[in-house]
Amino acid sequence: MKRISGGAGESMRDDTERGGKAIILETAGLTKSFGPIEVLHGIDLTVCTGEIHAVIGENGAGKSTLMRLLAGNLKPSGGDIRIDGQSVSFANPTEAEARGIVLVHQEILLAPDLTVAQNIFLGREINRGLAVNDRVMNAEALKAVGELGADIDPETPVSRLSIAKRQLVQIARVLLTPHRVVIFDEPTASLTPVETDALLKVMRAIRDRGVAVLFISHRLNEVKEIADTVTVLRDGHKVATHAAGELEPSDMARLMVGRDVSKLYPDRKQDDNGEAVLEIEGFTVPGYAKDASFRLRKGEILGFAGLVGAGRTELMEGILGLRPGRGTVRLKGEAVHFNAPIAALKAGIVYLSEDRKGKGLLLSKDLRTNLTLAALDRFTKALMVDRNAEDKALDAAIRDFDIRTGSKELAAGELSGGNQQKLLLAKMMLLDPEIVIIDEPTRGIDIGNKEQIYKFIAELSKAGHSIIVISSEMPELIGLCDRIVVMRSGEIAGEVTGEGMNENEIVVLATGVAGNRHEMAGAR
Amino acid sequence: MSDSVKSEAGSGFLKNIDLRVMAPFLALALLLVLGTFSNPNFLTVNNLMNVATRSAFIAIIAVGATFVISAGGLDLSVGAMVAFVASLMIMFINAAAIANPYLLLVAAMILAILIGMACGLLNGVITTVGRIEPFIVTLGTMGIYRGLTTWLSQGGAITVRDFEVQQIYRPAYFGTVLGVPVPVIAIIATALIGAFVLYRTRYGRHVIAVGSNEEVARYSGISVRNVRIITYLIQGLCVAVAVLFYVPRLGSTSATTGMLWELQAITAVVVGGTALRGGVGRIWGTICGAFILEIVGNIMLLSNFISEYLIAAIQGAIIIIAMLVQRSLLRRQ
Repeated sequence: MKRISGGAGESMRDDTERGGKAIILETAGLTKSFGPIEVLHGIDLTVCTGEIHAVIGENGAGKSTLMRLLAGNLKPSGGDIRIDGQSVSFANPTEAEARGIVLVHQEILLAPDLTVAQNIFLGREINRGLAVNDRVMNAEALKAVGELGADIDPETPVSRLSIAKRQLVQIARVLLTPHRVVIFDEPTASLTPVETDALLKVMRAIRDRGVAVLFISHRLNEVKEIADTVTVLRDGHKVATHAAGELEPSDMARLMVGRDVSKLYPDRKQDDNGEAVLEIEGFTVPGYAKDASFRLRKGEILGFAGLVGAGRTELMEGILGLRPGRGTVRLKGEAVHFNAPIAALKAGIVYLSEDRKGKGLLLSKDLRTNLTLAALDRFTKALMVDRNAEDKALDAAIRDFDIRTGSKELAAGELSGGNQQKLLLAKMMLLDPEIVIIDEPTRGIDIGNKEQIYKFIAELSKAGHSIIVISSEMPELIGLCDRIVVMRSGEIAGEVTGEGMNENEIVVLATGVAGNRHEMAGAR
Repeated sequence: MSDSVKSEAGSGFLKNIDLRVMAPFLALALLLVLGTFSNPNFLTVNNLMNVATRSAFIAIIAVGATFVISAGGLDLSVGAMVAFVASLMIMFINAAAIANPYLLLVAAMILAILIGMACGLLNGVITTVGRIEPFIVTLGTMGIYRGLTTWLSQGGAITVRDFEVQQIYRPAYFGTVLGVPVPVIAIIATALIGAFVLYRTRYGRHVIAVGSNEEVARYSGISVRNVRIITYLIQGLCVAVAVLFYVPRLGSTSATTGMLWELQAITAVVVGGTALRGGVGRIWGTICGAFILEIVGNIMLLSNFISEYLIAAIQGAIIIIAMLVQRSLLRRQ
């Protein structure tokens, strides 16, 4: 605990601390520049066999860049990568794989129309004569997936699998390559607690085979739970490397951010007496949600918890006319029906999709275009889009939502995840909505930005907006919401409030199984 | 904040010019130089005005195609649509339902515009409401418009019979205003309006948004369907405008009128820097692309290096080269 505070140059070379395990992978003074900008500054990293080595840091700290250097996706600008003490340089990922370094990408990179087995063996099909040998590949795929503790029919098209299962298929595919170092780039970002727990088990199993596991994550509790060693990056510098036992999540957060972040969630005064602004009764979204009823009060933050696939997103999309649905929707007591998203927007309900990059922002367009896209009629004067007014709105948004951008001319895709979310929030708030529905507000967002987004949500509710937050992160819902509605398999399983707002209650409702508290512990 | 923007702008003029925007204009300049060397008659006002006039049909159609392609669509039927609209227009003139030749022409022009917009609307509605790939839909309507034209002309030609009407209408193509040929003025007017709509209006912004990412547009409360339908409507309108200048030129159509114009229009759009996958639209680039196509043909005619029978092959090569240049510029960024 004494060594927790660390400077940029500190590195842990005392390998005896790690039980005398062999060093397999080392970097010395590794740097990477994009053009004139150096994004990684002299990283010294030591990875041993049979350890799970977590690399944590805020978005933009250089974690992914470092991993991509190690996996041969990028070439270093300076410094050294050594395997078994021998200097190596990779021209491409295949060369890294040949030396046993494999990377499990954050995004799912599978061909959706091919089957599980076809995907696992894509590019290295087993042939019998001229034809591919599906029988053998299916059997091998079943075995490979089974080793990860999953039961997936190898002949299922990947498009029919859940995100979690797709990820397992992706991991199975990667593990088919002979490997000594496995890199996981934020594998748990889109998983539910139960799925996360299963994945952590898989990672432990890999480690116990004597493989070195490198692991990037934002979820510090998870890091604490599973990692043996933790390396913290900040602004492209290595801040510290410690045995995981020496660090508490709060210490990790402080090292990442460079200041104290003890209080993540804002203080809020709860008001149970607001009038109901949105009442949903018996709403059904065919195939996703059945007979759901809930009400949202003015100035309230209402959480929606549940496992992925519980139908939370689909229920909201149904209510907003983004997908077909039926049931009663009352807005301030008045029955309404939204058959297109524009109707909901005009009625004062905005929805921030969990899929920021796919549904929220035009990544290749500049900030101004993105900001005003939904509210363009407010920026139109005499047929023309008023660019001065847009500029002013952008200045205001950058100020109010603290969007960190090098230049106002950047494309939205060049912002970090947290700043993209702030831009999306600013875009939707331009519509001056009464009700804001935010789906996974902090997915893939670092802790500093998270804190800010929570603050914005709290401020919006204080200003009289009513807010629905859908999230798979239970601490987030508990810390932020007044009430939490829990969904299970398309139905509303119950609601928790006040004292009842704890993870145990929510998990019981979300899974329908009582008393699996302990299984959930790892997912916090 | 503003400091960093300023310092970026000051760090080098060349650095801030987007090569992808400039590429078609640089190519045009290069061709002008090449043309000057190949034949002394090339760089004369007369010849260049001629070239611009002849590029009018493709340029005007390609402005419409810029909208369709920017929104992520495609229209292969424009060439056949020219033949179809022009044929109906001439048949209306020949029917001579109105005695006054001036009124008759005005009515015929309005009719052509309406038919063009109806043809475009049909393309737009089938692609969006029917949810069929625009490639397939417009391949189908291309056959329909072409087939109807062949049927209307019974395999022959449809010609304006009334000599007086033809004489009145001729200046629409052959006339000049202050020394500038009318079709050139039409190109400039179409491009100005197109650029205004695409760059300055809400609708134009929506076109780019839909082409850039349909889902984002939908979640932003934009009616993706209507935006797309209107792009096809604009395309139909542009085709009709091109027809207004085509009919006075020859006063006649046949089953081969407008043959392969769709390829030239798409080539002009792509050469001009508009992305075929949508989300980027460049009206002035498109005009430049249309000029490039015409100038290449002109240079080949004036010089004796290459047989003019190879014009189509050269134009085909240009679109591939343009794509390769775009790709390599993209990669460098």
